[in-house]
Amino acid sequence: MASAGRTFGSVEEVSERLGGAGYLSDESIATVVFLAGRLGKPILVEGPAGTGKTELAKALASSTGSRLIRLQCYEGVDEAKALYEWNYKKQLLRIQAERDREWSWEDVEANIFTEDFLLERPLLSAIRSDDPVTLLVDEIDKTDFEFEGLLLELLSDFQVTIPEMGTVVARQIPFVVLTSNNTRELSEALKRRCLYLYLDYPDIEREKAIVLSRVPEIPETLADQIVRVVRSIRQMELKKAPSIAESLDWARTLLHLGVTTLDEGAARRSLGVLLKFQTDMEKVSAKLKIAPRPSDN
Amino acid sequence: MLDRLLEFAEALRKAGVPVATSEHLDGMRALAHVGVEEREPFRAALATTMVKNEAHRPAFDTLFDLYFGTRLGPDTAAREEGGENPEEFFEDLLRALSAGDGGEIREMARRAVAAFGRVEDARGGSPYFTYRVFRVLNLDSMLERLMGEAAERGAPSALDERMMREEFEERLRAFRRAVEADVRRRLAERRGPEAVAKHAVRPLPEDLEFVRATSEEIAQLRRAVVPLARRLATRLAMKRRRAHRGRLDVRRTVRASLSTGGVPFETRFRRRVPHRPELFLVCDVSGSVSAFARFTLMFVHALQTQFSRVRSFVFVDTLDEVTRLFEFEDFVQAVDRINREANVVGLDGHSDYGTSLERFWETCGEALGPRSSVLVLGDARNNYRSPGSWVMKALAQKARHVWWLNPEPRAHWDTGDSIASEYAAWIDGMVEVRNVRQLEDFIARAI
Repeated sequence: MASAGRTFGSVEEVSERLGGAGYLSDESIATVVFLAGRLGKPILVEGPAGTGKTELAKALASSTGSRLIRLQCYEGVDEAKALYEWNYKKQLLRIQAERDREWSWEDVEANIFTEDFLLERPLLSAIRSDDPVTLLVDEIDKTDFEFEGLLLELLSDFQVTIPEMGTVVARQIPFVVLTSNNTRELSEALKRRCLYLYLDYPDIEREKAIVLSRVPEIPETLADQIVRVVRSIRQMELKKAPSIAESLDWARTLLHLGVTTLDEGAARRSLGVLLKFQTDMEKVSAKLKIAPRPSDN
Repeated sequence: MLDRLLEFAEALRKAGVPVATSEHLDGMRALAHVGVEEREPFRAALATTMVKNEAHRPAFDTLFDLYFGTRLGPDTAAREEGGENPEEFFEDLLRALSAGDGGEIREMARRAVAAFGRVEDARGGSPYFTYRVFRVLNLDSMLERLMGEAAERGAPSALDERMMREEFEERLRAFRRAVEADVRRRLAERRGPEAVAKHAVRPLPEDLEFVRATSEEIAQLRRAVVPLARRLATRLAMKRRRAHRGRLDVRRTVRASLSTGGVPFETRFRRRVPHRPELFLVCDVSGSVSAFARFTLMFVHALQTQFSRVRSFVFVDTLDEVTRLFEFEDFVQAVDRINREANVVGLDGHSDYGTSLERFWETCGEALGPRSSVLVLGDARNNYRSPGSWVMKALAQKARHVWWLNPEPRAHWDTGDSIASEYAAWIDGMVEVRNVRQLEDFIARAI
């Protein structure tokens, strides 16, 4: 079994290549990714919404030149939706079509439990893939405990047993990224098998670098002001704190408005890009001492 | 190195961070790839393999610095002997804070501890103290000086000024933390990390006792409480979902069979109308449990945002309904309004469980039914008043569940004016809930 991790030579190389894929990492992110490759372990990424958890997996895929396979979790996701399913309607048709032939049960069984009738779901296709893949299991905290159990088997051995066909062993160990918004505590067993990475909102320097790289036309002083105000807002208690994407939106908006330095007036006109709730808006306006526009009320 | 790592893992466990043997091994394997020469990758490698919960990270960082902190060579130690002039040092520090370079601020902290933190001829104990540093360096005036200097460099807008103030406050906090860390490091160097580890690490959020927590610490608990409330809500919802098989739905089954040539392969069932649980919360907010009360209100607030059918009541010596007040999204505002508007003190402001429970029965007795659960939060210290325990009996008969969460250690129940077991006798259970961990257990087991 080849490991995808051999593609990274050092921690520095990880940050360079993630950077090349448009993802600005920091030292701890790069170290975790590097180790995930070396130890062949999945990465469990936790953190508030909008800090680039999913983005990391995408950048990882493109920087290693592997295919991204994504399993979006939701309440009630099960084996049939995540791993594989027999296409029983097709099987049924097959049986009906071949009704006239005098087939023994063994023949029928051998006939209908084959590749043709197997519906491959993300987890199985990640394991059976010949080319290198990055598997993203998004929002794992939304699943039930039973599903975690299923993942455990898969993540520790990288193999799956299909009763009718036998055991499928991974041809190469894929990079696996699990993300969680921490709506529930994941089981200890799952956490033990993973490398843990907490992605918080980036610090000022890193967020500024992100803004500058994604909105290259922006003057540096404005970017600096933007990230400082955003950080200040994030420290407040809000229904929804601004994510990185929203900082970027705000930067673009200010640019379009022709703002070169951020002051109360400019902030007042564009705060709606950053905040999505009226109550949040009022709180932030009060703290930054900018009166909301009359029309906002 | 391996021994050191073993001791480190042991210290983490002592601090309450669960480190499994396999995780410890992973840590070692990780170091084989990353090495220990560079500190930050070294730290990140151990953190990612051994700490799987962000709330445990501060404890990890403190211990990491103790066990793997950089040692001062003899050169630096010798240089430290020279005294510093406080005024000159203050100016240096001002420059460093103004520039805002993290490494430089840490270096200033080291110099500050060496120069001002030392106590001469301290026997056995730590020769360095944080308080001595801050007695010499008055940091209160520092913020104004920083702001003043920044204003001289250019007249910023009011918004900029506020941002700048926040930034400087943050740098000052970083300096304070660095001083504290440096004092710990010096002590660890002298007496070994084990001796320091025991006192250096604050209890993990889940082990923090409500009644002993400062209001600041209680505020930090809110991050832990919201997911708990959500879990309580989902646990109730899950019970409802599991019972999803009802009667066969013939119409939908026939329709589904069309895609399989009329063979009814897929059976469809009628969905049961889920029963909606109701929750009644009755909380003691008197002075004797004030820290707990803050936590209680937090929990109630979190529950009310998760459940649609919660009614909350607070009491001291009489009881008032506060459901309406918690409908405000903002917790601080809600608490503020409860303090002003809730009518909970009728007589003298000492807890009166008897009167309060009787009032609860009067207002809600009718509304209780087989779908309702009642949660009482309080220490059951009744100031030797009439207990009114018949109410608990009546509640237990009408409601589906009645639980009581008591913030006192079990050993203290029924001592003094506590009449815990008099109430506990009638209900599903009285549970000791002194910290978040116990609350978690309660939710996992009981509900």
